Amino acid sequence: MTDAVLSAQNLVMRFGGITATNKVTLDLRKGARHALIGPNGAGKTTLINLLTGVLQPTEGAISLDGQDITRLAPYQRVRRGLVRTFQINQLFDTLTPLQTLAMTLSQQQGLGGKWWQALGARRDVTERCEQLLEQFHLSAVMDQQTRVLAYGKRRLLEIAIALACEPRVLLLDEPVAGVPAGEREELLQTVAALPAEVSILLIEHDMDLVFSFATRMTVLVNGTVLVEGEPAEIAKDSRVKAVYLGHGDEINDAIAVAGAGASSTAGPPQGGTAPSGGSAAPALSASADPGAVASVGAHTDA
Amino acid sequence: MLTILFDGIAYGMLLFILAVGLAVTMGLMNFINLAHGAFAMAGGYITVLLMQKMGVPFLLCLPLAFLGPALLGAVLERTLYRPLYHKPHLDQVLFSIGLTFMAVASADYFIGSSQQLVQLPEWLKGRTEFGEGNWMLGMGHYRLFIIALCAALTLALQYVLTKTRFGSRLRAAVDDQRVAAGLGINVNAVFLGTFAVGSGLAGLGGALGAEVLGLDPSFPLKYMIYFLIVVAVGGTSSITGPLLAALLLGIADVAGKYYIPKLGGFIVYSLMIGILVWRPQGLFVRRGGK
Amino acid sequence: MTKAQDLLLKSARWKPWEYALWLLALAAPWLLSSHALIINEIAIVALFALSLDLILGYTGIVSLGHAAFFGMGAYSAALFAKLVMPDPLVGLLVALLASAVLGAICSATILRGSDLTRLMVTLGAGLILMELANQFDWLTGGADGLQGVVMGPLLGRFEFDLSGRTAACYSLGVLLLVFVLARHFVNSPFGATLKAIRDNRLRAMAIGIPVSRHLAVVYTAAAALAGAAGALLAQTTGFASLDVFEFHRSADVMLILVIGGAGWLYGGVIGAIVFKLMQDAISSITPEYWTFWIGLFLVLLVLVGRERLIRPWTWWGRA
Repeated sequence: MTDAVLSAQNLVMRFGGITATNKVTLDLRKGARHALIGPNGAGKTTLINLLTGVLQPTEGAISLDGQDITRLAPYQRVRRGLVRTFQINQLFDTLTPLQTLAMTLSQQQGLGGKWWQALGARRDVTERCEQLLEQFHLSAVMDQQTRVLAYGKRRLLEIAIALACEPRVLLLDEPVAGVPAGEREELLQTVAALPAEVSILLIEHDMDLVFSFATRMTVLVNGTVLVEGEPAEIAKDSRVKAVYLGHGDEINDAIAVAGAGASSTAGPPQGGTAPSGGSAAPALSASADPGAVASVGAHTDA
Repeated sequence: MLTILFDGIAYGMLLFILAVGLAVTMGLMNFINLAHGAFAMAGGYITVLLMQKMGVPFLLCLPLAFLGPALLGAVLERTLYRPLYHKPHLDQVLFSIGLTFMAVASADYFIGSSQQLVQLPEWLKGRTEFGEGNWMLGMGHYRLFIIALCAALTLALQYVLTKTRFGSRLRAAVDDQRVAAGLGINVNAVFLGTFAVGSGLAGLGGALGAEVLGLDPSFPLKYMIYFLIVVAVGGTSSITGPLLAALLLGIADVAGKYYIPKLGGFIVYSLMIGILVWRPQGLFVRRGGK
Repeated sequence: MTKAQDLLLKSARWKPWEYALWLLALAAPWLLSSHALIINEIAIVALFALSLDLILGYTGIVSLGHAAFFGMGAYSAALFAKLVMPDPLVGLLVALLASAVLGAICSATILRGSDLTRLMVTLGAGLILMELANQFDWLTGGADGLQGVVMGPLLGRFEFDLSGRTAACYSLGVLLLVFVLARHFVNSPFGATLKAIRDNRLRAMAIGIPVSRHLAVVYTAAAALAGAAGALLAQTTGFASLDVFEFHRSADVMLILVIGGAGWLYGGVIGAIVFKLMQDAISSITPEYWTFWIGLFLVLLVLVGRERLIRPWTWWGRA
């Protein structure tokens, strides 16, 4: 890919006898709004862990801006602008949101090693803190210990921390999980309002959100990429429907195709990836349930 | 040299019996119990006092050295340890150090701080020798007894773990406590039983070890590090791990103290640090295990 | 100044009661001149506890072997005074350096592994040093200890006298200096990253904190400060013995810190005062049972709950 900012090539992750990630290739373009979807247990979080360095892949390579980062430690990847959020909040319970963000910003600015100056001494750091706190509606609670905050606020802080790292590539792991319906829109709007140069990979289950946000999607099943392409094509793809809705033969065929290790693109051929075996296609389309087509198609019609 | 190997194996088997309870309860409850040595000391003192004050024969003391600490362990687990399972490790460390201090001070007060001597029965004294020179194998009868008894106990433990229902419940609870409880396994009972047996074995080890390791009120603190080494190096996911670690430790210690007496203890500690830095999860952890 | 900036700087500012406390402390050798010896002991123990607070309270590393560095400092200072020159301040610096080097070496061992592993490794380090000191008795005096350490006058003018006042002032001065530095340290961005590492190491890594490097730095600093405390002990008592390496010391200092409260720097100071006074009182009644009461206290402390005891500010949710 010519302008892939983050690229994973044939990643494989094995834990003992389990292959959690099976030859996954993913390319994130600059300024991407790319969604990663798939059933629970498909290996989406594992993939994020691989990309950020929490896990070392059994095989395969990862590159950022064309440079190989497969052997880099997580903190080094963050230094280069690869930042993630966590599906389950990972916060600093004894610090306040203000302190958390100030520390993150200081670390980001290379002040993390400064031991003489006080944490709030730098004006630019505290101003950016206030900006972020305002943006994420945390100003009212900025001086309370994180452990006493309500879940919604904690979730907002989770995302705010990632933004404080001034990411160039942002990996969001189910950012609106557990957030009440009214606040989801706000949260996603904040994310969508990020500068166009920031490339975003979003894992989500809420399909409304995914389809309104993403310009490109990858579907992951059983650790393998089932299909990748534009949202409209993915929505119509019967294999994807089968995976989510599960119609007997189709789900088995879909899994068989995925398990064979082949990945295919629904859009124009990118070269290098072979289309799946021809026998799968007729079986799937022949028994597609009209009812199912209508309900999935409804998302894109809204 | 063979004698050293023999002595090392005897020492290692003894350490294993002393430490196996700690390994299992650590793997099961994730509780750092530094007071384990106090149960061993209790077993040792029970034996010594019964023999000296009431003339009970040595062999009869051994089961009592098991039962006493086992009972004590059961009571303490139910009352003091259980509320602390989910506390941070620092709290557990402080708590168990506190218990140890109390035990050490009590022993000092009630029994006195001098070394206790165990009068072994006649048939356990003595020594058999094979071969000569460097290849001589000198087997003290008492050490032979220790090896035999500990080996039998190890086999019994392995049998219980792998072939009995309690064993499979225990292994299930070690793997995943919540799921085990969800399957209807009475996790509290498993904890209680395991802790009691572990403490009992420690007591037995203390009784057996009184002659080999010495017995005085500072025993729990002196040997705590050895038990912890066995657990840290051997891992908590099986009993073969601690067994091998204990044997390794026993042989290294005996050999080290013999060949390089100046730096005997130093070798063991350095070996431990080296192993833990190289493999922080222990030497013998099965792949994918804790 | 914006509200955010004000809030952040608030915790770094000295409160009035702190000035009062330190003024009292510095005046103590004159106000309570007959108790100068115990004041000296309290200052030394407070410094030792402060050094442990940096790694236990602020970074969350449970160490059972901190006495290793204390002992290293004690013997370094004693040997330096005996063999090279008796100036106390130079000796203190030498001890600081020696302990820092030891700390840097040991820090490599605490970076990986679980709580148990770290416990083992720190415990092992303490025991190794004790063995070494025991074995190299031609240098250290072995079990008899290193005797006859005579110090020169402090700053060239103040002799160490039997009343102990110079010693108390010396120790208090060093304690205050270290305290001021430590206060800056924990309120800096670096200090905040330590708290982050303590609270959630995974997230700390995920925001770009080089965790291993920061751990190594703080562990080395804590080792150096513990060494300073040990040096003060050797210099003010003129004696260094193997018990500086004993497990009891590591356990006691942890208890002291827990009494006063880990994670707020004053915990070490307050804990030292309470502990030493208690020890003095109880030892005069029943010396052998000190260990028992300490043990009982620890057990009760944990059962009741560490946080609920003597940390009133946590009752109002302050960080």
